[in-house]
Amino acid sequence: MTTVVAERQRGIGNAISDVFFVRPQLLTFLLLTPPLLWIGVVYIGSLFALLLQSFYSLDDFSGLVVHEFTLSTYKQLLEASNAQIILRTVTMAALVTVTSAIIAFPIAYYAARYARGWSKALFYLAVMMPLWSSYLVKVYAWKLILAKEGIITWFANVLHLRWLLDGILALPVVGGPSLSFSYLGTFLVFVYIWLPYMILPTQAALERVPVNFIEASADLGADPRQTFRTVIFPLALPGIVAGSIFTFSLTLGDYIIPQIVGNSRLMIGQAVYTLQGTAGNIPLAAAFTVVPMLIMAAYLWMAKRMGAFDVL
Amino acid sequence: MSSNANRSTPLGLRIAATAGLLFLHLPLALIFLYAFTTEEKSFEFPPPGLTTKWFETAWTARPDIWPPLYLSLQVAAIATVLALIFGTLAAAALSRTRFFGRESISLLFVLPIALPGIITGIALRSAFDIMSIPFSVWTIILGHATFCIVVVYNNAVARFRRLNGNLVEASMDLGANAFQTFRHVILPQIGTALLAGGMLAFALSFDEVIVTTFTAGQQTTLPIWMLGELIRPRQRPVTNVVAVFVFVVTLLPILAAYYLTREGEQTGGSSK
Repeated sequence: MTTVVAERQRGIGNAISDVFFVRPQLLTFLLLTPPLLWIGVVYIGSLFALLLQSFYSLDDFSGLVVHEFTLSTYKQLLEASNAQIILRTVTMAALVTVTSAIIAFPIAYYAARYARGWSKALFYLAVMMPLWSSYLVKVYAWKLILAKEGIITWFANVLHLRWLLDGILALPVVGGPSLSFSYLGTFLVFVYIWLPYMILPTQAALERVPVNFIEASADLGADPRQTFRTVIFPLALPGIVAGSIFTFSLTLGDYIIPQIVGNSRLMIGQAVYTLQGTAGNIPLAAAFTVVPMLIMAAYLWMAKRMGAFDVL
Repeated sequence: MSSNANRSTPLGLRIAATAGLLFLHLPLALIFLYAFTTEEKSFEFPPPGLTTKWFETAWTARPDIWPPLYLSLQVAAIATVLALIFGTLAAAALSRTRFFGRESISLLFVLPIALPGIITGIALRSAFDIMSIPFSVWTIILGHATFCIVVVYNNAVARFRRLNGNLVEASMDLGANAFQTFRHVILPQIGTALLAGGMLAFALSFDEVIVTTFTAGQQTTLPIWMLGELIRPRQRPVTNVVAVFVFVVTLLPILAAYYLTREGEQTGGSSK
């Protein structure tokens, strides 16, 4: 009995297989439809719904959303206070990106060109672990470090460098009452959290630099510095750009880090969060999210031209 | 790149690389240290004393930890299963044939992690609003599965690319139909990549907070519970105990995923 059923099932299976064999596009279509519906309808659909909302406006008196096409919400985005939020966030993203690239490069370079065997595996794990380990736990760790009574203040006291710490905190703009309520603190946490995203693609790009290029450069009389500047760095650049996609995009959209470590001046992510939540101003929140989307679209276009996608 | 044994490492590079790695790892050590401190009102360093009582407190005296934990595990499990199904289908379809628009579709599948999480979050939330879908476990799962699909897809597509087409053809020639070929030839070869992708997806979902705050409504997952504790701390060391737990729960699948894909990635890398 069971063999009969199995035979029949195999018969159906064969029949379907024959159809797939004759029409391979049909199989591709059947495989692709469910995930495409998910991403295409649920995700892209939601993005369009959001985009649509940014062309609505909020009635100032009733506090209700007016469902009529208008560009007034975008005009609001250009008001001084909102433009400042955008400028502040983009500046932060740029600084974080450049700093992570500088810190990431020696690690990536060492891992790609000097680490072998077990030490290579160790390097890889040492970067992967902080990359994947809990985001909130990492932010929390920095709350502990930067607290007024925390380890940095303790170190400053032990090393008799308290004057330096106080001097830094007294600086305008970047300073604050303590590191955990300052831009400098926000900046440090951003660099820490996104650093692994910069290391991995940079390392991947460096691994692909052929050794004979470097030897040829030396044979032709270039000193190590020249070789680095004219051969290694240009070839590693696509990797750095690939990494910067992550550091830039993630900094633009984050609202947890500046909320936990930072001062009261908002970044784009926080503005979006407050506007859609307590303020109920979905149109302006939506218009705010269009800013990182446009910046990232331009960024991705530029990165693609520089060949950064081949490294990912 | 061939290895060169007698090439010495420049000292400056060694120092910079070591300092960079220490910068990545030392902060996490503090999470462990502060789980044992006797000071519960501030982050005083060095801790005035050490105790293990917070582990007991977290286990017995803080019932507010358990429902978020169960919810997070439930969401992560379901989101991972969904991501495994949809991510594998997408990877199979996009790696087996070339057709018009294939590049655009593969870009589409990485979009949920290329765009900042807050955009995914607020987009889903406004879509739920428009369609008047009430917040539930399923709205959280929907959000998580959307970016978990990407993780599984990335893992699976890399393995599918290395899959030897001759084996599939040989299987067909020997009389196996499409389902038998999938079961006996393709699945054993992509299995570890799927397992690794699934584990990474689980770790990602278990830890996710940015999208979740938008799709959860009043429900509390473990990361949302932790975010609340960070903003309004109660017993700070208990938060550390939970943080240590979350750290371990996310770390184990990541190490397992690394172990599972290690050999494949190395052969893949050397062929380039």
